[in-house]
Amino acid sequence: MKLLNFLRGEAFARGVHPPQHKDTARMPITRLPFAPRLVVPLSQNVGRPARPVVHVGQEVLRGQPLAEPDGFISVPHHAPASGVVEAIRLHPTSSGPWTDSVIIKVHAASTQAVEWEQPQDMAAMNEDELISAVQRTGIVGLGGGVFPTHAKLRVPKEYPVDTLVVNGCECEPYLTSDHRIMVERASDLLAGIAISRRLLGSPPAIIGVEDNKPDAVEAIRALLPPDGDVTVETVPTKYPQGAGEMLIKTLLGREVPPDSRSYQIGAYVQNVATLALVGALTPRGRGFIERVITVAGTAVGRPGNYLVPMGTPLRFLLENVDAPADSVEVIFGGPMMGHAVACLDAPITKGVSGILVFRGQDLAPREARKSFPCIKCGKCIESCPMGLNPSTLGMLAAKRQYDMMAETYRLGACFECGTCSYVCPANIPLVQQFRIAKQVLRGREEAA
Amino acid sequence: MTMVEIRSAPHIKADNAVVKIMRHVVWSLLPVCAFFIWQYGLSALALLIVVTASCLAAEALFLRLGKQSGNLYDWSATITGLLLALTLPPGFPLWMGAVAGFVAVALGKAIFGGIGHNLFNPALVGRGFGQAAFPVAIATYTPSFMPGRFMEFIPSSLALPFMMPKDLTAWLNAFHVDGISGATPLARWKFEGVLTSSLDLLTSLSGHMAVGPSPLLILLCGGYLAVRGYLDWRIPAAVMGSAAALATALFAINPHHYPDPLFVLFSGGLVLGAVYMATDMVTSPVTPKGMWLYGALIGVLTVIIRYSGGLPEGVMYAILIGNAATPMIERITQPVAFGTAVKRKEKQQ
Ligand code: SF4
Ligand code: SF4
Repeated sequence: MKLLNFLRGEAFARGVHPPQHKDTARMPITRLPFAPRLVVPLSQNVGRPARPVVHVGQEVLRGQPLAEPDGFISVPHHAPASGVVEAIRLHPTSSGPWTDSVIIKVHAASTQAVEWEQPQDMAAMNEDELISAVQRTGIVGLGGGVFPTHAKLRVPKEYPVDTLVVNGCECEPYLTSDHRIMVERASDLLAGIAISRRLLGSPPAIIGVEDNKPDAVEAIRALLPPDGDVTVETVPTKYPQGAGEMLIKTLLGREVPPDSRSYQIGAYVQNVATLALVGALTPRGRGFIERVITVAGTAVGRPGNYLVPMGTPLRFLLENVDAPADSVEVIFGGPMMGHAVACLDAPITKGVSGILVFRGQDLAPREARKSFPCIKCGKCIESCPMGLNPSTLGMLAAKRQYDMMAETYRLGACFECGTCSYVCPANIPLVQQFRIAKQVLRGREEAA
Repeated sequence: MTMVEIRSAPHIKADNAVVKIMRHVVWSLLPVCAFFIWQYGLSALALLIVVTASCLAAEALFLRLGKQSGNLYDWSATITGLLLALTLPPGFPLWMGAVAGFVAVALGKAIFGGIGHNLFNPALVGRGFGQAAFPVAIATYTPSFMPGRFMEFIPSSLALPFMMPKDLTAWLNAFHVDGISGATPLARWKFEGVLTSSLDLLTSLSGHMAVGPSPLLILLCGGYLAVRGYLDWRIPAAVMGSAAALATALFAINPHHYPDPLFVLFSGGLVLGAVYMATDMVTSPVTPKGMWLYGALIGVLTVIIRYSGGLPEGVMYAILIGNAATPMIERITQPVAFGTAVKRKEKQQ
């Protein structure tokens, strides 16, 4: 453990301080042009895939629904630009597998104006109607969870929510899109908070922002309603402060017990970008057709925070930000938890919070990629926010003792934040091993 | 054609690779080695080189034989060599140093399967072997800062292989310097009842004491490693804290019989052991609480062995016992999982 970290007082226990690289924090949100073709996968979130309601050859307007939800845990998808439906067919996704997608040939004259909307009279709505209004926007958790937001807003009645925790931490290095949203779209955020509070029984809301974003705190404070039900608090900058459990611990001092959900201890967490979208789209009855995405990394010529139409092919975006066409590693999400993209033709979907492009050798010094056996330095235990023992878990994984990992060493509590792998001097792929172990265990459970 | 590289998250790594940590440990040891050479001249220089070379040779041999983790360039054998040399008397016959160095790597590390798998600190395994195989030579110290130390070896250094070194009394008497003795301050306290000043021990600068490099310098070098995060400061803190606590308590009870706590801290190899040997990551507990417990155990054992054992110095055995206790310490100091502390309290009520 570094002596200096020990002397610095901190919120939740353990965690790490990776270099931040938030160079795009001062770059205002700018629009990315439409690609000639947009690819909207029918399944890009948790829950059932949407059912297409357009046919090949049909003209669609920007904002018009392309697919309707199939059940409650499912969301619609909308046309990100005006054009014609060219095909509904299998198309590769960022993680590899092909899924059914609506492919739109964008009209050269398609403008940024949203041409399809249904303004809502929210004051007259009851709870269920409001939840369906949120569902019709097609919003899913933007922090990477991609769980349908309207479904998350329906909290079981036996668990009263006493605090709405609004997550403005954005603790992943490089990413600044949430930061820009808080600075530039604070009023949307507050509108989204108001809608959520209405559905949750009007609990007070606390917006937790890491102390590296003072301008975001100021922008929100300037607009806060005077009744004091919504407040902003700065929290220490530390990874993974933006994990729901950690933010609850920091702000409320409560720990979510294993195998429990945060609402069971009265706290409900929602990410700022998601709420800003809820606030912007629900009253106007618009669909989720674009989102703010940080594009950064050593291989990007023009990094920034871009408003990206959903379905934009990654290759088109890379050309537009001057990313080179030689050997690169592209990451959807942050560098700690994001996943490497396997196919550059993959479309950008609702769950993508950042796009990082690196030349492989820039990410870690060569020396750091050399693997050793565990040297028992204890750095992983020192840093695991969940209080697990990744060192022992890793050794058990190497021996495939998965049951022991789950039963004695609480593998299930690991939320794959990547902290242990990040700090491991021996470069043991701990998180990767844990992911595999969980998959194997899940497979066994399903088979049984 | 664009090549896409795919790796598993996390995509960034802290800049603290094993090799880098080891390299910094070597760097931080260089001032300590320089001090040792300044104290004892040619003999010390030759001992450092021979022991380290022998460790590296053993490492190379076992790596070639296969089934070993690590590599020759990970600096671990270099650290073993330097530390082992620093624990030996400066006039230790070089051939014995070479044997001890080879044994340190062979029995201390290679038979376990290489770096990461060993149970005991290799340098201390080498030193323990030396103690058993060459009990006289390893207890024969010479005074520091002797005139002419850069011109000639301490005679015992150059003993022929498989030959015992000659007695050094004649060599020492030839210097005609008053009040010099080949006995270490710990031995003089234990067998002659003479206490050396703690301040002199801390700096190791005055007179012709038979001591190793300055504990103050070692603390500074270790402090650098701790600040950079390459050494866990809790272990030396626990070793020295517990040794000081026990020594203070005994001193308070009977100041005539027991030495003062500062003497206990700065004499012998306590500081070197606490900073550089007890902290060996592989052989110390992996859990934070375990590190405190392990350090405390070593500190207490050191004092007990020194006060009641047959030998004046106990650090080495204390650390080896600490190494042996490590798996058990780890078992009882597992971290508390997030969200379970509250539950446990509730259960108790
Ligand atoms: S990935 Fe899992 S085990 Fe590793 S630090 Fe995060 S929670 Fe702990
Ligand atoms: S798994 Fe890695 S970080 Fe954890 S104790 Fe072992 S070497 Fe250190």
